Amino acid sequence: MKKIQRVNKYKALLVMMLPMVIVQILNGYLPLFGLTIAFKDVDYSKGLLGSDWIGLKNFEFMFASSDIWHIIANTIVYNLIFIVLGMAMAVALAIMLNEIRNRFMAKTYQTLLILPYFLSMVVVSYIVYAFLSPQYGFIPELFAKLGLPEIDWYSDPDLWRPLLVGIKMWSSVGYNSIIYLATLAGMDTSLFEAAMIDGASKWQQIRYITLPMLKTVMTVTLILSLGGIIKGDFGLFYQVPMNSPQLYPATDVIDTYVYRSLTQLGDIGMSSAVGFMQSVVGCILVIAANKIVKFIDSDQAIF
Amino acid sequence: MKKKREINSVSARTSVVLHIIAIIGSLLCVLPFLLVIAISLTGEESIMKNGYQFIPSTFSLEGYKYIFKSGEMLFRAYANTILVTVVGTVAGTLIVALYAYPLSRPDFPYKKFFTTFILILMLFNGGFVASYILNVRILMLKNTFFALVLPSLGGGFYVFVTRTFFQQSIPYEIIESAKIDGCSESRIFLKMIIPLSLPVLAVNGLINIYGFWNNWQNCLYYITDDKLFTLQYVMQQALRDMQLMKNLAASGSAELQLSNITLPAESARMAMVIVGIGPIVAVYPFIQKYFVKGLTVGAIKG
Repeated sequence: MKKIQRVNKYKALLVMMLPMVIVQILNGYLPLFGLTIAFKDVDYSKGLLGSDWIGLKNFEFMFASSDIWHIIANTIVYNLIFIVLGMAMAVALAIMLNEIRNRFMAKTYQTLLILPYFLSMVVVSYIVYAFLSPQYGFIPELFAKLGLPEIDWYSDPDLWRPLLVGIKMWSSVGYNSIIYLATLAGMDTSLFEAAMIDGASKWQQIRYITLPMLKTVMTVTLILSLGGIIKGDFGLFYQVPMNSPQLYPATDVIDTYVYRSLTQLGDIGMSSAVGFMQSVVGCILVIAANKIVKFIDSDQAIF
Repeated sequence: MKKKREINSVSARTSVVLHIIAIIGSLLCVLPFLLVIAISLTGEESIMKNGYQFIPSTFSLEGYKYIFKSGEMLFRAYANTILVTVVGTVAGTLIVALYAYPLSRPDFPYKKFFTTFILILMLFNGGFVASYILNVRILMLKNTFFALVLPSLGGGFYVFVTRTFFQQSIPYEIIESAKIDGCSESRIFLKMIIPLSLPVLAVNGLINIYGFWNNWQNCLYYITDDKLFTLQYVMQQALRDMQLMKNLAASGSAELQLSNITLPAESARMAMVIVGIGPIVAVYPFIQKYFVKGLTVGAIKG
């Protein structure tokens, strides 16, 4: 009885939460049950629930495929580079901008540096195309003018490894530095002045005051990004290289592979097995990263 | 007399170096975008002869004229994008606020359950295949307007950002006193909570606007009916298929179809990109401070 009374008292609040609950069920929980299709031989004529269970067959196929290890490696290596390089560049940028005393200039730089973040990957792919298009691209034209050898940019995977890293940094570093810059702006300047009076150089101040102060934000960012380490940025890897098959050795990551095997090959078994693995590993990674952080410094864990 | 330097600032020489690095960085971020603008303003023959150049050898507005004359498809895509952005932003911002508000109330007894409800999905998700099959086979979203909105709704992260904002900026006492005065929960939310939390709602709204405006994946996954194409998707298709630019003419005026030979397809395509991102890039410098605010509010863990 008491329970019902309590529900009644908070009825209005519970009703408010209803739309989000419905959205989360449709977008989150139902697909979560959908993970079971990784263990099924999906046959639409029998329906999703009625399809036969086949145990780990899909996973056997997945790991037997020659591509999968290469694609997993691609995904993880790219993400590790994105995370480490991205954080180093964003922190460095924030420290630099923070040292620029002319506020107007600093603000202007910041505005220009975050422009790429607001462009969709489709627009980014146009920009990349404008530079690299074999027909009219700026760089091929420049190479021709300078008498440099002709390169077909959209068919050489080796060129795309550094290129993709560069594009990712270009589109995200400015925006990611904002959070570090905001943290720096909120810091107590008297610490630095005291350090300076004690004879600390700028480098020492950065090493012993600034970086330790950014540690919390850096740790949280790191944990959040570790969970996504086996998620490929679909827009970056699919759209920017224009899904060019010759570039697959360098551009294929789990997400593009899953999309292709599902929509072009119609291979539900394989794609759902890969998706399942991605979800499970992603979850383990976030929890593990959080545990490690908790072990080192319990204040900085997220949950 | 030389202006006295602020205490503990870097030396004049270092300062110059910093400015130079920052200027190079800023140019690197902006110039590539300017190339697209330059191409959109270049005459077609000049592109054929010299390729894409930063400084057009012949200046021409033909590309823009072409896309404005090129008929329904592009206008419909523009209208679709605006509609998706408006509906998605209002719905997305509202449901997050409605969910976050009870979580912020100290007297709400089911906090733990509803927090976990969201947290689980932040850790674990069904992934693309399961969502795709669900949306297409069971919810029958293929080629419906909902497919452009629903999959992008409900970011769990923003629930916690918004809840933290409510907790910190709206004292429970004023809610309690309103209740004692006989105010209903829905009235409290509409008349007190919303007006008091405009900053965080603005941040969530802006993030949604950018998310929906720039989204092309939903259209790629779920839409094959060209009446529902969004701008980003039309752009995405046009990059891979120049024919699409020419087909646009087919839906346009007869005059355009006849002048097929002098089609400014190259510049028109880039003009389409500029027109497509126009509103977003034009306003972001003025609202970036809200993004900064959004990011720093988000840094407060809950």
